[in-house]
Formats: sequence, C-alpha cells, structure tokens
Amino acid sequence: MDNTLRLEFPALPANVAVARVCVAVFASQLDPTVSDLDDVKLAVSEAVTNAVVHAYEDGRGTVRVSATLAGDDLIITVEDDGCGIADVARARQPAFSTDPERMGLGFAFMESSMDEVAVDSAPGRGTRVTMKKRLRAAKGK
Amino acid sequence: MKIEFETGRNLLVVRLAGELDEHTAAQFRTAVEERLDEDGERDLALDLSAVTFIDSSGLGAILGRYKRISQAQRRMAILGASPQVRRILELSGLLKIIPLAAPDDGTTA
Repeated sequence: MDNTLRLEFPALPANVAVARVCVAVFASQLDPTVSDLDDVKLAVSEAVTNAVVHAYEDGRGTVRVSATLAGDDLIITVEDDGCGIADVARARQPAFSTDPERMGLGFAFMESSMDEVAVDSAPGRGTRVTMKKRLRAAKGK
Repeated sequence: MKIEFETGRNLLVVRLAGELDEHTAAQFRTAVEERLDEDGERDLALDLSAVTFIDSSGLGAILGRYKRISQAQRRMAILGASPQVRRILELSGLLKIIPLAAPDDGTTA
C-alpha cells in the first residue's frame, strides 16, 4: 500500500521550514542518501515558498502539501488556491523574477533536485506543482 | 536563525547560523540593513559556515545585500560555507558575483 503524508497550513513564511522538514522526515523511511534528502528539502522549500509569496495577493490562504511513497519513488504535490500563473513556461525560466531581492531560481532548483516537475496552473485557478524523485537507499551503496 | 555582527572600522562581519529561507531571509535582510544604516557603509564579510540549509530566498537576500554594498562602492565576500550550502551557491551562479573566501570546506576550527 502506498504511504501518504498530507499537510495543510496557512501561507506563512514560517511554515516553509515546517513543510520541508516534515516531508524530509517522511521520506527518511526509505533510508535515502543525505544528498537526496537535501534535494527533497530544497524542492519542497522552493515550491512552498512560491505558494506563500506569490499565490495570495492579501497574503491569506492555504497551502496543501502531500508526499507519497510508491516503491522507491517519492511523489510530492504542493497546491494553492491562489491567483495562478498566467505564463507557466515563462515562470519556469531561470532568473525570471518580479522582485530585485529574488533570484528567480525557484523552478530551476526544483528541476535540478527532482527527476520530474509538472506545473498545473491558470489565472484565478490556483497552482499545483507535482514533483517526483527516485530515492535510492543509502545502505548497500 | 542566529545572526551575529562584528563591526570594524571599514568592515562588517555577519555570522549566520541555522537555516536561510523565506522566513529567516527577511530577518537577515532587516538586521543587516539596520546595522549598515546605523554604522554607515562597510565592506561586508558573510560567514555561512554554520548555515545548514539555503534556498533561492536565502540567495536572493544575499544578492540584495550585495547590491547595496556594491552601490556604496564597497566589497563583499562570503567567508565559508558547508558543502551542501556551497553546492547551492555554485549552482545559482552567485559565486561568480560574490567571492567565496574559504573554498575548501565549511568546517571551522
């Protein structure tokens, strides 16, 4: 049976750390390498930060995170009900940012640290990011 | 996140410990801006040796401080970073702009 963790929390910056730590602890069941676990933390941090920073114009809303272990695969979804992304292809380009204090590397980091990243979004319909990574067990390597 | 300052005549050393993400990057940004406003512009040395996690929000906050420092005709360097933080710094291209002064590893004596 697949094993799934679900988190739901207000879109607050303080909850970004909570989400990445919870997912990392959950993924630890597969005994992954430290490097794979670092990758998972980074990907969750980036996806949740995007939702916290960009989804809700008034800063109020909910973020939902799920993590599923299916065999050796970790599948993570990060969803919000916010403003959505008008041009997903453009948002995924490295160094695309609307703010001088930001590097625009959120999606680039998700892509470099996970095997697959899919983004489902439309204006006014929220955003769902789905990410997958094969976790190789640390022992026996 | 723990933030410590050491102010010299021309240099501000900032030592960070903990995780640098969206939440703590805001604390870092505010603390450094206030310190520079009070003490006047300085060169900035940022010690990341005790930082255990960084993401693009953390990098953005470092880049934001670099912009201020360079606009004031000052210099900035990073004084060390753990291997995992160094990997992210390299991946982001930030080290092409801000030099890393201790490139071997992040271990401190």
